[in-house]
Amino acid sequence: MKVRPRLKGRSVDPKALQEVQALLGSEPRRRDLLIEHLHRINDRHGHLAAAHLAALAQELRLSLAEVYEVATFYHHFDVVKEGEAAPPALTVRVCDSISCELAGAKELLERLPKILGKGVRVLPAPCVGRCEAAPCVVVHQNPIANATAESVRAAVQKKELRCAEPKHVDYAQYRKQGGYKLVADCLAGKRTRDAITKIMEDSGLRGLGGAGFPAGRKWRIVAAEPEPRLMAVNIDEGEPGTFKDRWYLERDPHRFLEGMLVAAWCAGVGEIFIYLRDEYAGCRAVLERELAKLGKEPPCALPPIHLRRGAGAYICGEESAMIESIEGKRGMPRLRPPYVAQVGLFNRPTLEHNMETVFWVRQIVEQGAQWFASHGRRDRKGLRSFSVSGRVKKPGVHLAPAGITVKELIDEYCGGMQDGHRFYGYLPGGASGGILPAAKGDLPLDFDTLQAHGCFIGSAAVVILSHRDRAAAAARNLMKFFKEESCGQCTPCRVGTAKALALMDEKKWNQPLLAELSQAMMDASICGLGQAAPNPALSVMKYFPQEVS
Amino acid sequence: MERASTQQLATMPIEFKLNGRTVIGRPDETIIECGKRHGVDIPHLCYKPGLRPDGNCRACMVEIKGERFLAPSCCRYPKEGMEVTTDAGRALASQKMVLELLLSDMPQKHYRPDSELDLWAKRLGMGKPRFESRQQPKADLSHPAMAVNLDACIQCTRCLRACREEQVNDVIGYAFRGERSKIVFDFDDPMGESTCVACGECVQACPTGALMPARGAGMQAIEKTVDSVCPFCGVGCLLTYHVKDNKIQFVTGKDGPSNHGRLCVKGRYGFDYAHHPHRLTKPLIRRKGVGKSAHFAVDPGDWSEVFREASWEEALELAASGLKKIRDQDRFALAGFGSAKGSNEEAYLFQKLVRTGFGTNNVDHCTRLCHASSVAALLEGIGSGAVSNQVNDVANSEVIFLIGANPTSNHPVAATWLKNAAQRGAKLIVADPRRTDLARHASHFLQFNPDTDVALLNAMIHTIVDEGLVNKKFIADRTSGFEALKENAKSFSPEKMAPICGVPAQKIREVARLYASSKASIILWGMGISQHVHGTDNARCLIALTLMTGQVGRPGTGLHPLRGQNNVQGASDSGLIPMMYPDYQRVATPEAKARFEKFWGTKLDPKPGLTVVEIMNAAYEGKIRGMYIMGENPAMSDPDLEHARAAMAKLEHLVVQDIFLTETAYLADVVLPATAWPEKDGTVTNTDRMVQLGRKALKAPGEAREDLWIIVELAKRLGLSWTYAHPREVFDEMRGCMDSIRGITWERLERDSSVTYPCENEGDPGQPVVFVTHFPTPTGRAKFVPADLIRADERPDKEYPMVLITGRQLEHWHTGAITRRSGVLDAIEPEPTALLHPLDLAELKAKPGDLISVESRRGKVSLYARADEGAPRGAVFIPFCYYEAAANLLTNPVLDPFGKIPEFKYCAVKVSKGGARPGDPGYGKGRTLEELYG
Repeated sequence: MKVRPRLKGRSVDPKALQEVQALLGSEPRRRDLLIEHLHRINDRHGHLAAAHLAALAQELRLSLAEVYEVATFYHHFDVVKEGEAAPPALTVRVCDSISCELAGAKELLERLPKILGKGVRVLPAPCVGRCEAAPCVVVHQNPIANATAESVRAAVQKKELRCAEPKHVDYAQYRKQGGYKLVADCLAGKRTRDAITKIMEDSGLRGLGGAGFPAGRKWRIVAAEPEPRLMAVNIDEGEPGTFKDRWYLERDPHRFLEGMLVAAWCAGVGEIFIYLRDEYAGCRAVLERELAKLGKEPPCALPPIHLRRGAGAYICGEESAMIESIEGKRGMPRLRPPYVAQVGLFNRPTLEHNMETVFWVRQIVEQGAQWFASHGRRDRKGLRSFSVSGRVKKPGVHLAPAGITVKELIDEYCGGMQDGHRFYGYLPGGASGGILPAAKGDLPLDFDTLQAHGCFIGSAAVVILSHRDRAAAAARNLMKFFKEESCGQCTPCRVGTAKALALMDEKKWNQPLLAELSQAMMDASICGLGQAAPNPALSVMKYFPQEVS
Repeated sequence: MERASTQQLATMPIEFKLNGRTVIGRPDETIIECGKRHGVDIPHLCYKPGLRPDGNCRACMVEIKGERFLAPSCCRYPKEGMEVTTDAGRALASQKMVLELLLSDMPQKHYRPDSELDLWAKRLGMGKPRFESRQQPKADLSHPAMAVNLDACIQCTRCLRACREEQVNDVIGYAFRGERSKIVFDFDDPMGESTCVACGECVQACPTGALMPARGAGMQAIEKTVDSVCPFCGVGCLLTYHVKDNKIQFVTGKDGPSNHGRLCVKGRYGFDYAHHPHRLTKPLIRRKGVGKSAHFAVDPGDWSEVFREASWEEALELAASGLKKIRDQDRFALAGFGSAKGSNEEAYLFQKLVRTGFGTNNVDHCTRLCHASSVAALLEGIGSGAVSNQVNDVANSEVIFLIGANPTSNHPVAATWLKNAAQRGAKLIVADPRRTDLARHASHFLQFNPDTDVALLNAMIHTIVDEGLVNKKFIADRTSGFEALKENAKSFSPEKMAPICGVPAQKIREVARLYASSKASIILWGMGISQHVHGTDNARCLIALTLMTGQVGRPGTGLHPLRGQNNVQGASDSGLIPMMYPDYQRVATPEAKARFEKFWGTKLDPKPGLTVVEIMNAAYEGKIRGMYIMGENPAMSDPDLEHARAAMAKLEHLVVQDIFLTETAYLADVVLPATAWPEKDGTVTNTDRMVQLGRKALKAPGEAREDLWIIVELAKRLGLSWTYAHPREVFDEMRGCMDSIRGITWERLERDSSVTYPCENEGDPGQPVVFVTHFPTPTGRAKFVPADLIRADERPDKEYPMVLITGRQLEHWHTGAITRRSGVLDAIEPEPTALLHPLDLAELKAKPGDLISVESRRGKVSLYARADEGAPRGAVFIPFCYYEAAANLLTNPVLDPFGKIPEFKYCAVKVSKGGARPGDPGYGKGRTLEELYG
């Protein structure tokens, strides 16, 4: 006979509750801090045991389902139910996104489990944002650049698990170089919001996260919305091939913070949330410390600034998914309208910016709108930070004029193609921007210039393919990435990416069906992920048909 | 030019083009809704009226001229001049591709005959999908009520929204991501092991059959559907029976005013009791020489040694003659218990039978055991015992104060409105000695010590006076006696009361301020307030809070005692109370007596009758010698059962009318087989004062007869010349003596299914909010009645150191006679349990699930321990529905002096580990499920 010894469902284990209470300390028990609290447990115990999750649910007055669905959404959380084995103490993540795959990630994924032994778990991981150092393997939180099986083994054996802290301009240095004078002047009334915003507009600075919305105009739109207004800064740089945000953050974090504060002031924002991807552990350490210094000796009155930590989800780079994640939820994009500027974080009008966009604010104000706008080739204006990876000699972030062609970029900035590699094609805008053949290597690279060719520049992540590579293989890699990273909310993306990948796994593609499916994905997906996911496949069918016919 | 106001804009018609045709839309209406109104059907799956549109399935995409992407028509609103295409080009291609993607992942097997996905695929002329299927998940058949077949899931999250946004049970989640995204219960647990409360809302929401009633019930070809009202609690949800082979195959929620389509586990899965093999199908007569005693073991499956079957004629004759004989010797030696589970018409005729056929006012029913003290206080203070505002009026409240009630178990659908209000941002203050499910949704939870209600409430009253938060105008214009209340409150400062009630003074002050100063505050309470010797005082304090702050007479305010049984409001209204005629006209008032003497054409006894427990005591003493009990089970529901059963065993003549051989029927001389709720027509009145129509859906088994017929036949044999042939005739008569329902016609009930009273004239809409301008007292004013601290009658001591609290649980209703014979309900809760704090259990050296014994000065039961972190230390909670461990063997029969309600919520007990395994009552314990379904 069934006698239920407890109330329905899991009851809370008193010991687990105590442990969770101890970990949370005096932190507020708010729902929007769910992911932060999950990190606390995951960091401490190496995984999320069901008992701890149940205790956390009670502590936050959430239901079990509300906690579980969030915990299982993010790659970096390991949920372990009763009776299941906890994961090994050490996790090694091998980036298998496009640049790393070109550089041998598959071989590493095959080899590493054999040589690292039982206590180490080797997992494939989506782009970790270090494509200039492909292949990249992350040992716990320590990214190994240009990894080899041997260098990874050495790091594991020496227990080198932390990210080395990048050399950067710290708070004192930045102040010494005249930093934070601009924002202090703003708050002291020496500048007007209108004048600063005008400079932004004149400079032509556009959102550098990929969508390219003019920054100054965004400030004005948000400023016109009712208070309280919030700001959310997107450093969830997950687009394969993109690493510029990390590049700048590792070098000059306060330049970003000052730009952020100026933008917040111009848009009349009362509170700022910075969302940093979990993969950037080094940047997090820097930001935590530098924010503390800033708060301790503020150059002027500061709005509250919250640093929030992602948990492994490409989709959270989508602005509304990021907002959901900051609210402690699954990173599922919202439907628009309403737009984030009107109904954003915590349903308040929200100024949402990519980190790099605000990074340029101080320099543009100091050197003038004209300085920025004067750069550019082929009638394009401004500078673009190209993250270049793939088969070139000098991969890295290259600040180059807007409108430059990929051939110029390779020759003038990247030291040319690697030896033994001939230019075959390129991804102009990361995973989403499509694939162009070498024959299209003279197109100006900028917002709006590639649409006619079925491509876009997005976050300016350029991946160079050579004659040894196959565009179809790249497209498969990208579709697999989209399938893994789809949030699962809407049918065209959730089911579409899976079905598309199955079609693309065939030697000869069913091109009419793939085209039909692609059209529906582009037309009917909720967000940019699903809308852009078919781009590489369509590019292959258009420019590299010989590979799949 | 003047600019239009936002409000004006919101109602301005919008002209736009839909498939080339110019149509007029409304700004608050989405394209899909507007299309439907204009005969344009757009495919849709995740969209369901009543649920928040989510726009995730993308089956309803339409093309809006000038926009780059297609738009989900379930979430987009038309704009002036918009050109929308729904049935051609990109829109159609996209709709078809979405359906094809989903179809490619559907299983071969069908789980429902009318999958919405299949219907749309058919309408769009779709062929075989061209994609490979996904890997399919396994079925989850762990729940007795529902089957989970996620191979048919399209991830539309309708179930999730139903579970979390409608019912707010928060069991269903959408876990993992991408292709592996999955509908989960709790931590992806089997549904049957999750926190699921089986409300079935997810099943009702699912478009494809991934969630369905268990055992394929949903695949049955239904012969007829019958709209009715749920018989399981005072919420009064409207529902639809789906009937085949004279059996209710499954039930769906109907859009009634109190439930809007929502149901709970009892209303959705609890109807198979009507087909239980224990149903009485022939009248029974006690065999000669078979004695009665308080100690008996009921075997409702085999009664042949105690009873013999008889014809209706013989049984009725014997039943009536026995009563008649006693009446003719001493009419005050007769009494009747009617039922709050029957219809208004039955209740009315029952009390009329007792009053005019027996000639006494000794008629009562279980209202005495639930809200008698609340009603006493309400009648005294504001002149009316019914609720002032309806439950879902909490949608208009800023502050909701819920005390001594556990609606997620006892009024589950009412609880959903409270949870919805909390989600919307209303402050929900929950005060209860037990931390129950609603505490998680509360902005303030006050776990006060049992028996300290007056201390807590007086401290709130003190705060409101002390901090100048009283509504002077309301007090001056509409009340009397405030000075006495104020004087009394002086000695109850929160600081002084905090150690007594166990709630910090600051918290008491905070909730008092919130309650007093909000734009609209409502109070709801349950039997935690009423079932005490100070139950009336408890309710007086609640009334005082309301009056002193003027939180009454407006939407979102007022007083709402949550009525327990489906027709406890109606039975009371109909006069099933010893001191009141129908509509609360007092027996002791000569005018009322005269009115009814005239109306019924007979002399009436001027003396108010005895109440439930008083009748039992009188029976014990031999003063009551004969009883007629219809649909009540005092041998389980009365306090101190040993005594109550002994009292009934002493009766010379007991006639019981019921559908099962209950513990009470076992002591009867004549048992008359009656009808279950779905087998008859009749009205019931819910906690919201809604008179609602129950309709017959099934033929009664064997010779079981409708209750109304039985009452009439008995009346005839007692010398009354009654001719009622249908409830409608009775209802019409009731309208003649009950002003509150005078305007409600049977025809209107047939048309609308539900009408709120007061409804004095035909065509009146009914008044959901009352006391708007005055109170129904002789002066029109309400009265403050101060309350002092009175402690429980029997407090813990060295020998009996713990407190017993009794009550109900979600799956079982009242004494369990019905619900324990429902396969699903019994499967979920088959065994008697006692809820204790895990630390108290540990002190007993017992583990959750162990047998424990609970003993009071009056009796002892043994049952299984259940750990409940929300239980207060030092208290044990036992549901009173288990015959084999009847909680009421332990309870204290002491009464509240005003309401005459027993103190079910407090007596002293001792608890020990171990004990005899609970016996077998002959039903329940999970067997019926196997019996009925193989």
